[in-house]
Amino acid sequence: MKGRVLDDTLLLLSDDDTVGTAVDDLEAGTALDYDGRSVTLAEDVPFGHKVALEPLAAGDEVRKYGEIIGTATQSVERGEWVHTHNCESTRGRGDQAATGGETA
Amino acid sequence: MDATFEGYRRPDGRVGVRNYVAVIPTSVAAAAVATATADEVGAWARATPHQLGTSQPDAARRQTERVLVGIGQNPNVGAALVVELGTEDIDAEDVADRVAADGTAAETLTIREAGGTEAALDEGETRLHRLNDEVKRARREEADVAELVFGVECGGSDATSGIAANPGVGAACDRLVEAGGTACFSETPEFIGAEHILADRCVDEETRERLLDRVDARESMAELMGVDLRGAQPTPGNQEGGLTTIEEKSLGAISKGGTTPVRGIVDYAETLPVGGGLVLMDTPGYDVESVVGKVAGGAQVVAFTTGRGSTTGNPIAPVIKVTGNPQTWERMSNNIDVNAGTVFDGESIDSVGERVYETLVDVANGRRTESERRRLEEFAINEIQPEELTAEADA
Repeated sequence: MKGRVLDDTLLLLSDDDTVGTAVDDLEAGTALDYDGRSVTLAEDVPFGHKVALEPLAAGDEVRKYGEIIGTATQSVERGEWVHTHNCESTRGRGDQAATGGETA
Repeated sequence: MDATFEGYRRPDGRVGVRNYVAVIPTSVAAAAVATATADEVGAWARATPHQLGTSQPDAARRQTERVLVGIGQNPNVGAALVVELGTEDIDAEDVADRVAADGTAAETLTIREAGGTEAALDEGETRLHRLNDEVKRARREEADVAELVFGVECGGSDATSGIAANPGVGAACDRLVEAGGTACFSETPEFIGAEHILADRCVDEETRERLLDRVDARESMAELMGVDLRGAQPTPGNQEGGLTTIEEKSLGAISKGGTTPVRGIVDYAETLPVGGGLVLMDTPGYDVESVVGKVAGGAQVVAFTTGRGSTTGNPIAPVIKVTGNPQTWERMSNNIDVNAGTVFDGESIDSVGERVYETLVDVANGRRTESERRRLEEFAINEIQPEELTAEADA
């Protein structure tokens, strides 16, 4: 597999990623230890979904594969599920263009 | 690893991995007759029914014609019967002549002239048998794997696609390109957010600019229509599978092409070079249309990765299904050829790539894929939208 699995729980695809990918259906409260750090899941996270490994503020870049996959739309604590409710794309935003907003 | 396979050498030198007579309707109006005629004679005849072609604006019609001609000229096709009602803008004689330009035997059938559907079915059967009398004499002969054009596609993606199945197929592409062959992937909307990586891998500035222009055009289309790409990309299914943004989907999607330099980018259904290395095709992000584009471009075999489970095949080219999702493999293994979900148990991407590559050579030699066994043969042609035509005219 690409990347490395942290404590049999989350896949870290690149060392500077801010999210890890669940390698199984994970339950709230699951704790993992890696590289001398520990993260506890704040909620259930399904297989393949992402968990914040770093605290994020609204507007912060979210990184996976060592690349930017979007920005946080609200503050996210370590161990929280990261998905469409708190992370969004900056690309292909015809809605913003239509209202005169910026597109990246 | 085998550096050769056994295939059908065609008059233009390209090598087929199947030996079909294609039954190609010029429009939706001839689609039912084409399908019925092919079904009547046997599995050696393959119909490509579609919804387009009765009356389209020029640019859209030309694209439809390019697909029809490309399908007829795919090396898996030994001969083609082009079927029309007789009222279409697309002329069957013209399509048949263009198919025949590479030496493929081609005939036409006009439903009106034949005297209606019943007579057309009779006449169609006669012509198909006549074409097949010649086609079935072809024998498999040794060919170099470098003569394979391998189309790769993903559909029903989830988070496992970019972690397991796509990099696994990518490793197979790397092997084929190293052996001298061609690998092609497409779906330009799914380059968005990963185009800088592809651009860095382009062999020259011209290819790089062309690639970035195409991505820009697809992204601008969302702006042109005043829509938010997020509604459609990632799809609701992709999102359920853990993909949050188009950038994330794209970064996973591009890994199915492997890691070799990008040698070119061709238009939808444009002929792909043999021995061309990694070449991209500019297509929409709809998997069935995208597969058809690459088959019309000459791909003899397609690999199709899926996380959530897809059953898609193609009438002309065998489609090898690969999943990286262990649950999908468990549920749908009768529709899937290669399980890449093994990476979650520790199998390396390189080892998955070797299995996909071995499957590619086996399938080129005649082994049937799961979608072939079940005759799953989706076929659809991309229709250029009015907004795109306007944008082209303005450009």
